[in-house]
Amino acid sequence: MNLNRRWIEKGMQWGLFLTAFASISVLVMIAFFLFTEGLPIFKKVSLKAFLFGQYWYPTADPTDFGIFPLIVASLAVTLLSALIAVPLGVMTAIYLAEVASFRVREIVKPVVEMLAALPSVVIGFFGMVVMAPLLQNTFELATGLNLFNAALMLAFMAVPTICSISEDAIYSVPNNLREASLALGATHWETIIRVVLPASISGISTAVILGMSRSIGETMVVLMVAGGSAMVPAALFDPVRPMPASIAAEMAEAPFRGDHYHALFATGMVLFGFTLLFNIIADIIANKYRQVGEATL
Amino acid sequence: MIRKLQQHVFFNLFRAAATVNAAALILLTGFILLKGWRAVTWTFLTQPPLDSMTRGGILPCIVGTLVLSLGAMGVAMPVGVASAVYLNEYACGGRLLRIIRLGINNLAGVPSIVFGLFGLSFFVIYLKIGVSILAGALTLGVMTLPVMIGATEEALKAVPDTYREASLALGATKFQTIFRVVLPAAMPGILTGGILGLSRAAGETAPIMFTAAVFFRPDLPESIFDEIMALPYHIYVLATAGTEIEKTRPLQYGTSLVLIALVLGMTLAAILYRTRLRRRMR
Amino acid sequence: MNIRNQSTTIMAPESEVLYKMQAKDLSFFYNGSQALHTIHLAFLPRQVVALIGPSGCGKSTFLRCLNRMNDLIPNTRATGELLLDGRNIYSPQVDVVNLRSRIGMVFQKPNPFPKSIFENVAYGLRVKGIKDKGRIVERVEKTLQQAALWEEVKDRLHDSALGLSGGQQQRLCIARALAVEPEVLLMDEPCSALDPIATQKIEELIHELKDQYTIIIVTHNMQQAARVSAMTAFFYMGRLIEVEETDTLFTRPRLKQTEDYITGRFG
Repeated sequence: MNLNRRWIEKGMQWGLFLTAFASISVLVMIAFFLFTEGLPIFKKVSLKAFLFGQYWYPTADPTDFGIFPLIVASLAVTLLSALIAVPLGVMTAIYLAEVASFRVREIVKPVVEMLAALPSVVIGFFGMVVMAPLLQNTFELATGLNLFNAALMLAFMAVPTICSISEDAIYSVPNNLREASLALGATHWETIIRVVLPASISGISTAVILGMSRSIGETMVVLMVAGGSAMVPAALFDPVRPMPASIAAEMAEAPFRGDHYHALFATGMVLFGFTLLFNIIADIIANKYRQVGEATL
Repeated sequence: MIRKLQQHVFFNLFRAAATVNAAALILLTGFILLKGWRAVTWTFLTQPPLDSMTRGGILPCIVGTLVLSLGAMGVAMPVGVASAVYLNEYACGGRLLRIIRLGINNLAGVPSIVFGLFGLSFFVIYLKIGVSILAGALTLGVMTLPVMIGATEEALKAVPDTYREASLALGATKFQTIFRVVLPAAMPGILTGGILGLSRAAGETAPIMFTAAVFFRPDLPESIFDEIMALPYHIYVLATAGTEIEKTRPLQYGTSLVLIALVLGMTLAAILYRTRLRRRMR
Repeated sequence: MNIRNQSTTIMAPESEVLYKMQAKDLSFFYNGSQALHTIHLAFLPRQVVALIGPSGCGKSTFLRCLNRMNDLIPNTRATGELLLDGRNIYSPQVDVVNLRSRIGMVFQKPNPFPKSIFENVAYGLRVKGIKDKGRIVERVEKTLQQAALWEEVKDRLHDSALGLSGGQQQRLCIARALAVEPEVLLMDEPCSALDPIATQKIEELIHELKDQYTIIIVTHNMQQAARVSAMTAFFYMGRLIEVEETDTLFTRPRLKQTEDYITGRFG
């Protein structure tokens, strides 16, 4: 009886451990399968030609597998969307954590969370049917589906991430720091800008990076509203083709285990590499500058 | 005086930023609602698409999305809860735990299209499942795993240690304690996480594009090895690849409205339930 | 100081096996810092012993050594011996789970599970693997009566235990501990969260229970120690300073430190 029970205990502990381990090995498996399916393309083109090649003509004859325009497009929409989303997200976070009354907070926080839950395909659809004609008519463009539109829609998706993580960081700044500053005659605003924000800067940085990571990996929005032209953009309203859009649009037509297929997986590797990098940086910042009590400030 | 004014200006700026967020949500959902509500009729909800998808309804898509997201949670719930129990109740610090956590954080950051590629190469091709409900549900399940682990861990942390002590002091084993006391007490929080995961899975398009979704299939699926239509993919197809994009606009708005109602409804339910729970905890 | 010998000589006129529990040379460490210093203390069967002393003196740590609850805290270590019926509970062969079902514990704050009153008391039986419904019902009723709670709750056994008052909850926790038929009952300041009336009820209960159980109670309240216990042990700075029959300790303490504490000069 006792022995039996002990075996059950041990068995359960191992079972749980293996499950937890399986959960993270998924990450390794993702990397593994991307590499298995992606690496064969480098028999055809060199890594340098792949990453820095100017032309992406996967179905032309002869084919060109240069994803440089796709990388530039991804970075461009991500940075531009960050320019919109970061101020908006951080300011909303400050408002929620510092200025808003309890009641307002209780309403606005769920709103932000709902915004995060909006399906990306619907946001993309909105960009197509509302934003695109609006941009086209206002600026007399050839097409409303372009870099700027995509960045704007992506910003909608990044704001909730940036806002909620920043808000956590700001909210967790100990109250006695605020009180100390206020007691010295600083206004609430000066307290925020001189004490609260410096104390929560690592959390806010993490939020910004994770928001950008979400933008660069987002697929449906850029697939539907970025315009789809695989060229290095020269202007704000140029149509572009970021990496996720390329993968999503072309995979269905790429012949199974042909060069195009492998090239798309290789593009997935690059994308995966970017998000991994963003996430690791965010993790390092979050851990290195983690506030351990008030004394470490 | 100037300091007061400065504060006034900036606080209003912050308030404006928050308002923009709320406005975005209201504008977007309001627009879809306004354009779509006329399309959402009983026939629309209960009929398959007709005439190369220019008329008719979206029943197969609704069924497909429900089946896929429920299937995804069928995968993510047990695995996520078990992982979170191990991380929170058994693992005690150290390098291994740090690596596992880093892995989970990174998994949460993997782009959905990469999950799609993974699902294609692993489930569809390597495991030879084929493009099917099963492959799609597994892919979505893997994607929602971090959501589930996070929610479960939060729920487990909220269970007071005194429950664990009381149970152990009565001669219960660790596993009995977890199974009979800790998990039941954490169950509402875990279910909230489950609903959030469900809504996330229901709204995703990229992971199912290569693993489960099909352009058009009017009848309902018969087994988990069938391909299936799904709401988000249907919207994408109608809005971009259809032959008569303008003609099917009402269908696009209607489908978007159904998807938004489904996803936001679940999210809102989860949020309200969680707020009530947190209040009761205090 | 020669405390060790004193306690043993006073308490051990007969052979050792007579004791229900006995600590020999027991030391305890948290993260390498010593919280208990070579404690020698023995408990006779069916007797109430009170452990008193100022906060942080080690009395709770000592209590939690008796059912190895301290095992749950990482980076802790116990040395020496702790005997239950003459057998060391810290020896590697001992099954901690079994041990804890022989030694019941009641905590500082009432901590019923968020389950029904009935399920709270039945919990210990269920985890022991008892499935016989009739036996469980019978045992639950008997223990609730033992804990003097039956009359108050018999009509709402299936209501949540969290709806009970603090005092009722604590008696429920006592019933829950008694249901598994322990031999020893440990109580860690069981009344510290209760009002005077509820406290009185618990003390009456302890009186009832002492004929059947060996009870070891940690208390901050010296009047309580005087009211409920036969023996009292005074802890200070992780050491056992003095152990005596309760009447003697409170009227004629042998040591200056004990006297200072019980007359309220510190602690």
